Amino acid sequence: MKKNNLFKFICLTPVIVYAILLILLPLVYILFLSFCESDSYGGIIYHFTLSNYFTIFDITYVKIFLKSSLIALSSTFLCILISYPFSIFLRDKSEKTRNLMIKLVMVPFLTNSLIRTYGWIVLLRKTGIINSALINLNIIDHPLNLMYNNLGIVIGMTYTLLPFMILPVSSAVFKIDQSLIEAARDLGAGPISIFRKIIVPETISGVFNGSLMVFIPAIGYFFIADILGGGKAMIIGNLIKNQFLTARNWPLGSAISIFLIIVTFGLVQIYKKLGGKLDDLGGM
Amino acid sequence: MKNKVFKNIFIAFVFLFLYLPIIILVLYSFNSSKMNIIFEHFTLDWYKNLFDNRELLMAFFNTMLIAITSTVISTVVGVIGAVGLKKYNFPFKNLINNLLYIPIVIPEIVLGISLLSIYTLMKLELGLFTIILSHIAFSIPFVVVSVRSTLNDRLKTYEEAAHDLGASNFKTFFKITLPQIKPGAVSGAILAFTLSLDDVVISYFTAGPGSNTLPLKIYSIIKTGITPDVNALTTLMLLVTIIVLTTTAFIQGRKIMEAAK
Repeated sequence: MKKNNLFKFICLTPVIVYAILLILLPLVYILFLSFCESDSYGGIIYHFTLSNYFTIFDITYVKIFLKSSLIALSSTFLCILISYPFSIFLRDKSEKTRNLMIKLVMVPFLTNSLIRTYGWIVLLRKTGIINSALINLNIIDHPLNLMYNNLGIVIGMTYTLLPFMILPVSSAVFKIDQSLIEAARDLGAGPISIFRKIIVPETISGVFNGSLMVFIPAIGYFFIADILGGGKAMIIGNLIKNQFLTARNWPLGSAISIFLIIVTFGLVQIYKKLGGKLDDLGGM
Repeated sequence: MKNKVFKNIFIAFVFLFLYLPIIILVLYSFNSSKMNIIFEHFTLDWYKNLFDNRELLMAFFNTMLIAITSTVISTVVGVIGAVGLKKYNFPFKNLINNLLYIPIVIPEIVLGISLLSIYTLMKLELGLFTIILSHIAFSIPFVVVSVRSTLNDRLKTYEEAAHDLGASNFKTFFKITLPQIKPGAVSGAILAFTLSLDDVVISYFTAGPGSNTLPLKIYSIIKTGITPDVNALTTLMLLVTIIVLTTTAFIQGRKIMEAAK
C-alpha cells in the first residue's frame, strides 16, 4: 500500500466504522423494530405491521405529545426571554469581560445535570428554601406549589437548557455592527424599534439555533419530569423510556422515536431555510 | 447611570439562577443538619460518610473513568476523521458527513434507546464498556465540528508547501496540521469531557442493571430519600472538574505566551 493511501486509510476508517456501526445501524434497527409486533412478554415478533404508528395517534398519546410540546415551548420561550436582554446588556462590556461571562455560563455544566436538578428540589419543595424565605418575609401565608407539577418541569428544563440558548444568541448579538445601531439611534430610533428592526433580524438564525437546542432535549429529558414533575407527570421522554424499560414494548417505543426523528429533521430543515448552518448547532 | 445598574442587576440575576442549585448543594454539604433547610453549624461529617460509602465512591470513580476514556478516544477519532473528511473524497462521503450531524440534533433519548437496541441485538453485555462506547458515540460529532472550524484554506496551502518540500503525509500531519488545529481539538475534547460528565439519558439506557455509575446511583438515591453524602460528592466532583479545566487553560495559556515571545 502506498504511503499516501495508508494515511487516508488511518484517518478515515475509524470515523466511517463509527458512523455506520454507532449511528446508521442503530437507527435502521429501530426503524425496523417500529414495523414489528410485540408479544405480551416483551418479546419482538418479526411480523410486519403499521399498528405501532396507528397507536401513537391514540388520544392518550396525543395528549402527552401536546403537553410535552407545550412544556418544551414554554421552556424555549423563557430561555429566549432571558437570553436576549442578557446578551444585549453584555454587549456593552469589554471583550474580555464578555468572554469570561460566557465561560461562566458553561461552568454549571461541569456537574451532572441530574445533580443540579436535585439541587432544585432543595429550593422548590414546600419546606424548601424559596417557600421558607417567602413565608418568613410575610409575602405568602401558605407554601406555593413550585414543583411536582408542570411549573416544576418548566423551571427545571429552562434551568438545564438555558446555556444552549445563551451561547448562540449572545454570539449573534455580539456580532451586530455597532455602527448600524448608532446610525439607527442618530436617525431617532428608540430602543424598542432598534430591537425590532436591527437586533431581531440580525440574530434570528442564532435564536432558532438556540430554540432547536432547547426544544428538542426538552421533549426528551425524562429525568427532569420524573424528579420535578412528580410521579404522574409525563413527557414524551418518559413515554419512550417506559416503553423500553417498564412496559417492554420496544416496537411502540421505536415508532415514537422515529416520529420524534421526523419532527426533529423537519425543524432542522426550517433552520437551514432560515440560513442556519448545521455546524453551528454543535459549536458551543 | 440608573440604566447601567439595572443591566448589571439583570446579569447578576441570570448568574444567580444558573449557580443557585450548585451553591446550595456545596453549602449544605458542610451543614450538620440532615434536613436541607436551616444551616446549623459547620461539619465535615458528610465527607467522612462519603469516604465510607464505597458504592458512591465507586460510582464517582466510574464516572471519571468513562469521561476520560471516552474523551481520549473520541478526540483522536474526531481529529483524524475531520482531517480525513476534509482532505479526501470517497464514495458515500456525503452520507458519512450527514450521519455525523445526527447525534447532535436528535433527542438524546432516541440515541440512547437505539444504542440499547443494537447492543441487545449484538448480545453485548451492558456495563462500563457499553457506556463508554455510547459516550464516544455522542461525542465524536462535536469534536469533528469543532476541529472542522479550524481547518481553513490557509492550512491547505501550508500542507501543500510541506508536501512539495518532500514531507510525508504523517510528517505534514504532525508538524503542520496538528499545531494549527490544536485549538479546535482542545475545545472539542473539553466539550466531549463536559458532555460525558453531564450525561444522564444515554447512560441511563446503556448502563445495564448491575453497573454502578453516578447518574444511576443518584437517581436511586433521590427516589428513596436524600442524604447529604450526595452534596459532598457533588462538591468533590465540581472541584475535580474545575482543577482539570483550569490546568488545561493554564497550560494552553502558557504555551500561547511562549509562542508570542
